[in-house]
Amino acid sequence: MAKFKKSGKRETPAISTASLPDVVFMLLFFFMVSTTMREVTLMVQNSLPQATQVAKLEKKALVSNIYVGKPIPAYQKAYGSEPRIQLNDKFANLEDIVTFVVAEREARNEEDRNSITNNLKVNSETTMGIVTDIKQELRKANSLRINYGAKQKVSY
Amino acid sequence: MAKKIPEINASSTADIAFLLLIFFLVTTTMNVDSGMFRRLPPFQPDNTEAPKIAKRNILQLLVNRYNDVLLDGEEIDVKMVKPRTIEFLLNANDDPTLPEKTEKEINLLGVVEISKGIVSLRNDVGTSYETYIAVQDQLAMAFNEVRDMKAMSRFGKKYLNLTGEQQEAIKNWVPMQISEAEPKKVKGK
Repeated sequence: MAKFKKSGKRETPAISTASLPDVVFMLLFFFMVSTTMREVTLMVQNSLPQATQVAKLEKKALVSNIYVGKPIPAYQKAYGSEPRIQLNDKFANLEDIVTFVVAEREARNEEDRNSITNNLKVNSETTMGIVTDIKQELRKANSLRINYGAKQKVSY
Repeated sequence: MAKKIPEINASSTADIAFLLLIFFLVTTTMNVDSGMFRRLPPFQPDNTEAPKIAKRNILQLLVNRYNDVLLDGEEIDVKMVKPRTIEFLLNANDDPTLPEKTEKEINLLGVVEISKGIVSLRNDVGTSYETYIAVQDQLAMAFNEVRDMKAMSRFGKKYLNLTGEQQEAIKNWVPMQISEAEPKKVKGK
């Protein structure tokens, strides 16, 4: 019996954690690079419609977002439940769009000014009236590249 | 003999890194914006007259406020927009009620017949955005399918697998002509 008893102390050596920071840093860099911080807080309901022929928007720096939808419940008391336009962090009227487009253009480099895409993020329940009005305003502001925000439809 | 510098204890770097990691994990949003890209026509003052286009060259699409789709005045299902548009664009049998074709020389393709067809899309103020996007989607599908067909017949590949130059040629062969009617102001809202 005693034959099989191990002689001497046999403790498992502690696992080295020296490489743990490296692993964590690797993850950290991954998330740092892939992160985009949400620039605006949404004040309108914004569930986009689905479509099959969608393409990803490239060059994020050249996209300016226009949100349209019903105000979220917290704002409905003050702003009603009719669909509204949100530019940056404020509710806006139709007349503000031209100013907004000009400001967006000013914020970009000279050579990029003509390639700004207006991303219309319109809630799927909105009616076309307001969308058509926005399109007319964009045409007046001569900012003609638009993108109808839509999600990729999952195939059925 | 030089004085030995004690080693800096590095065991807390992991904690610091974790803290940062968790911050970025929480703030990360990975969704990429997607959608359908379109180019608006330049603004025109009200008094300019619309160009005259023969009736056979226009596919009249109307989406009314009850979200019904009317194609040349006939009510159809949204899903039927795609096959009807393809038929309209191809006009394989040279039907006199379907669009005319013109001959044009295109780089890489030589002289080809281009359809003169234009899709005219009109919607009501009360049309829902969802339906509008569905119709736009159907139209995009139709154009992409026709482009695929043409690409297959010439290059033996689908449109998306072509080189940039070939894509450009096919694009000129099947131009995406969607005209959206100027919104009409209705009095008294």
